[in-house]
Amino acid sequence: MDSEIIKTLGNFISSEILGQPDRKIDRDEKLISSGLIDSLSLVDIALFVEEQFGVLVDDTELNADTFDSLHELEELILSRQV
Amino acid sequence: MNKTFSSTLLEHVTKTPDKASIYFLEAGAEDRTLTYQILFEDAAVFADKLQQEGILPGEVVVLIIDYRVELLAGFWGAVLQGAIPSILPFLTEKLNPERYLADLTSLISVTKPAAVITYSDFKSIVEKAIQPGSSVRSILYLEDILGSEPDVNESFPGLNRNPDDIVLLQHSSGTTGLQKGVALSHQAVFNQLQSLSESIRLNPAEDVVVSWLPLYHDMGLIAGFLLPILSGIPLVLMSPFDWVRAPYRLLQSVSRYQGTLSWMPNFAYNFCARKIRDRHLDGVDLSTWRAVINCSEPVRWESHQAFFERFKDCGLAPEALQTSYAMAENTFGVTQSTLGEEPRIQRIDRESFLESDLIIPAEDGNPHLVMMSSGRPLDNTQIRVQDPHGKVLPENTIGEIALQSSCMLNEYYRRPDITEKSFQDGWFLTGDYGYLSGEEIFVTGRKKDLIIVGGKNIYPGDLEELIYEIPGIHPGRAVVFGLFNEDLGTEDVVAIAEADDPDPLAKQELADRIRAHVTQNSPVSLRFVEITGPNWIIKTSSGKVSRSANKEKYILEKGLA
Repeated sequence: MDSEIIKTLGNFISSEILGQPDRKIDRDEKLISSGLIDSLSLVDIALFVEEQFGVLVDDTELNADTFDSLHELEELILSRQV
Repeated sequence: MNKTFSSTLLEHVTKTPDKASIYFLEAGAEDRTLTYQILFEDAAVFADKLQQEGILPGEVVVLIIDYRVELLAGFWGAVLQGAIPSILPFLTEKLNPERYLADLTSLISVTKPAAVITYSDFKSIVEKAIQPGSSVRSILYLEDILGSEPDVNESFPGLNRNPDDIVLLQHSSGTTGLQKGVALSHQAVFNQLQSLSESIRLNPAEDVVVSWLPLYHDMGLIAGFLLPILSGIPLVLMSPFDWVRAPYRLLQSVSRYQGTLSWMPNFAYNFCARKIRDRHLDGVDLSTWRAVINCSEPVRWESHQAFFERFKDCGLAPEALQTSYAMAENTFGVTQSTLGEEPRIQRIDRESFLESDLIIPAEDGNPHLVMMSSGRPLDNTQIRVQDPHGKVLPENTIGEIALQSSCMLNEYYRRPDITEKSFQDGWFLTGDYGYLSGEEIFVTGRKKDLIIVGGKNIYPGDLEELIYEIPGIHPGRAVVFGLFNEDLGTEDVVAIAEADDPDPLAKQELADRIRAHVTQNSPVSLRFVEITGPNWIIKTSSGKVSRSANKEKYILEKGLA
């Protein structure tokens, strides 16, 4: 079972970024290096994560080295939530 | 001595060696200041190296360098050596290296450069792109150049160039774009800069250009690089990669450096308006920003409105939002709106616009479209609007925009065939459609189904060819077109492909493969991918896929009309 965080992130990406609400994103599916998320949408992820989870993602962290899947993004969020 | 790029740079170096030429911004690092003297010394290192390698004046030097100071120095080094620099996009992580290699190989075979300057990460690709018998005699890696002492006392061959000699090549992106290098002379660029400066009332004592635009694109190269450096005004330069992740940096930089001028494509107005947090605007003062010029994709009044509403509390003046119509073939600017005034707006009858070529004012209550002027021609440029037979059309009639100027390209480099086809009776055919109202041009769209996404010109045929490479898709059974997205202020790219297998899961997988393949092999990403059954796609009687008919069908089926 995917966690709530992964579900929330996945729904946001499918509906708001990809414009395909039915698109299921696997927790380990590559997001950035695969080109699924275009560079123009990276800042949307940072804005959403901040608004939804109260976690800051710096613009220098918007790259595949910092997170490249829903699972990695979840870990980043959890590690910063107090 | 002739007035050339080299003589002009050296004049600034002699007169104002310690004046800041470039403030170079990088996320996560301190801003760097390059004075004219430093820029010159850095460039001289490259010029020396090219000379040692036997690169001759008039030969092409290709630069494939990511965003760093050495890209700027390498460009000027090639100029000082009298060579012809051409800045190419570098390979980003999303792109497929094989496709990049194929494009680079083909560019090298057409352009016949004598040298490539790059960095060692790129070694394997560049070496593969250079085929036996290639024109390339030298590949220079930054790692081997840096740290050398410049010889600033030598006499640079660039000083002996003639004003009519080619000074640079500019390639647009995509497979089709790479086949056409726009070759510009020193004189053409100077003529452009003089007229452009006049139209924007450039004031070297006060102006500061702030730019995040890539240097392989005409807007970034001319307005966001050569105009400030050759005119002796400071340039605040940040990377497009940093800007797209942190658009607030543009506004903070305008505030910090008291920036006065910026150019950017229409989508960037929406992007900034929607994606900047309030806390990043604390203390930001935009009152010095006297012209933010919207250029290189169709200009939208709605985008200006959104930008102004978002930033007016930072001191942004409504008349600071300006427009221009520009293209690499005219060096850069073709028209410019009148500074100090908001660009002219027209409310036109929607039906007449869609059904005919005539522009008529909208009557109250009738459906209308808001058109925004791109301004009047620069003083060295004439434009006219004509029909397909070359007949000049009256005002308020849509036709192809043609132009003449003293800053036209010399040629598409080593492509006399394409060069010849682009002119008719001495007029350059732009491929853009629009209408004149008084002296002002209103650009309405492109012919040849060209899609413009975030300022990048995309040929749908290139993307369709990519889709045909995917197993399960047959040639002629996919279509790609652009669909304007109001929120983004630019076009979404839509791809439709026919498949025989009706299974929804198989369709989903095919859609994913198409999306990934296009992303990795082209400069854009697809926004919507639709897999249909057989015989969905409309073809013309000659069997060609009709993009406009398919776009209309898609809009109707999706209820988007």
